[in-house]
Amino acid sequence: MSTLSEAFSTSFALMGGLDAKLLGIVGLSLKVSLTAVLFGSLIGLPLGAAVAVGRFAGQAPVTVLLNAFIGLPAVVVGLLVYLLLSRAGPLGQFGLLFTPTAMVIAQTALITPLIAAFTRQIVADAWREYHEQLQSLGAGTLRATFTLLHDTRFSLVTVVLAAFGRAIAEVGAVMIVGGNIDGVTRVMTTTIALETSKGDLPLALALGLILVGIVVVVNASAHLTRQWAQRHYG
Amino acid sequence: MNPSRRSLLGLAAAFLLGLSGAHAEDKFITVASTTSTEQSGLFGHLLPIYTQKTGVQVRVVALGTGQALDTARRGDADVVFVHDKAAEEKFIAEGYGVERKEVMYNDFILIGPKDDAAKATGKDILDGLRKIEAAKAPFVSRGDKSGTHAAELRYWKAAGIDLEAVKGAWYKETGSGMGPALNTASSMNAYLLADRGTWLNFKNRVDLKILVEGDTRLFNQYGVILVNPAKHAHVKKELGQQFIDWLVSAEGQKAIADYKIGGEQLFFPNAKK
Repeated sequence: MSTLSEAFSTSFALMGGLDAKLLGIVGLSLKVSLTAVLFGSLIGLPLGAAVAVGRFAGQAPVTVLLNAFIGLPAVVVGLLVYLLLSRAGPLGQFGLLFTPTAMVIAQTALITPLIAAFTRQIVADAWREYHEQLQSLGAGTLRATFTLLHDTRFSLVTVVLAAFGRAIAEVGAVMIVGGNIDGVTRVMTTTIALETSKGDLPLALALGLILVGIVVVVNASAHLTRQWAQRHYG
Repeated sequence: MNPSRRSLLGLAAAFLLGLSGAHAEDKFITVASTTSTEQSGLFGHLLPIYTQKTGVQVRVVALGTGQALDTARRGDADVVFVHDKAAEEKFIAEGYGVERKEVMYNDFILIGPKDDAAKATGKDILDGLRKIEAAKAPFVSRGDKSGTHAAELRYWKAAGIDLEAVKGAWYKETGSGMGPALNTASSMNAYLLADRGTWLNFKNRVDLKILVEGDTRLFNQYGVILVNPAKHAHVKKELGQQFIDWLVSAEGQKAIADYKIGGEQLFFPNAKK
């Protein structure tokens, strides 16, 4: 049997078997990445909108930096977070290295620029369109920021989904700060890397297919939620 | 705040509680070890036995020996379990480790293509390497400061080959763990030095096979060291020592000897009584 067809049959067998270990790994992947997306959104959405609406010196360089940091290599973010959280580093006393919390921190650092940069673009476009209207209504900068965030919320869902995609798919950062510890910090991507290392390519690919499936399910639920929300509140 | 946003926040709080709760009550130690012990499946066999007996969870971070020792130097592990005697002794001399105890050994093997164009097959590792170099046959090196990489460099030197002088396109430094290096070798049909444990557990062999084995120089000793609590006060001294004591005890040694793949024993316990 070829590796590809073996991978497909293995992935179906894995999903059908509902292996407790696999469920634990999938659960941790979702937990870590969804938490990172939540924190990334709490920081990135207001930050991006503020950069779009606010008028301050250095707006252009900040915009450039936000856009540039979308391309931050995961492994570099992982290394920085590793050095921060290591016992020898500034935050070492908390003992967070090699824990899921460390993985959340790394993924949050990875996706916050992405959320902020795209939010800035979307809100800036809306701002160009509505700022006279908002100003005539007497809305201050803060008020305008949140109004625009609210008005563009359906576009921002796509931004948040893109961030989720980047978080759950990355392996470089979580491998370094999590350590791929069996049963503690082992997620989908680090398991795939490990099985590839063992030369079990069909199993690695099967896990990859499951990961893609999960990402599709998350996106589909977001899509349906959005449709539902647009019908009710649109 | 609308209901959907409130439920989202509730969900987040639940996640965070779950994340922190997962490691609050458990007793655990962190062990920095090598990719060979992890990828050969030894820890998957050994650690559940230990955890069941003691209730202590052993969290293994699998790295190359060099990186594992560095992780311990930074204080990010309680115990190191690696295989490069010279580097381990240096680690202790610098004051980072308390005491090195020998646990077990396995052996290195020279892997290469079945047709063995360089004629490296034999009983002598140095001779095998000389033939590979003479033929400029593709050779994959770990190049990652791991124990296996250190051993490989020792063999080249012992074979009288100055690697820096003869390095060329045939010598490929991959900077990767044992498994990825094996994957690279199998896709290029190249030679490489591997540890037997990872090889036995490795599934993507394609046209590779063992060419040199059994040379006494290929002996690969593993040692275990407690990270010095005098350097890093948070090191879990008692739990770490308990794990080390178990590894070298009759029971731990038997558990190591019991790990087999296809009837073949991977690691040979040799702790001093």
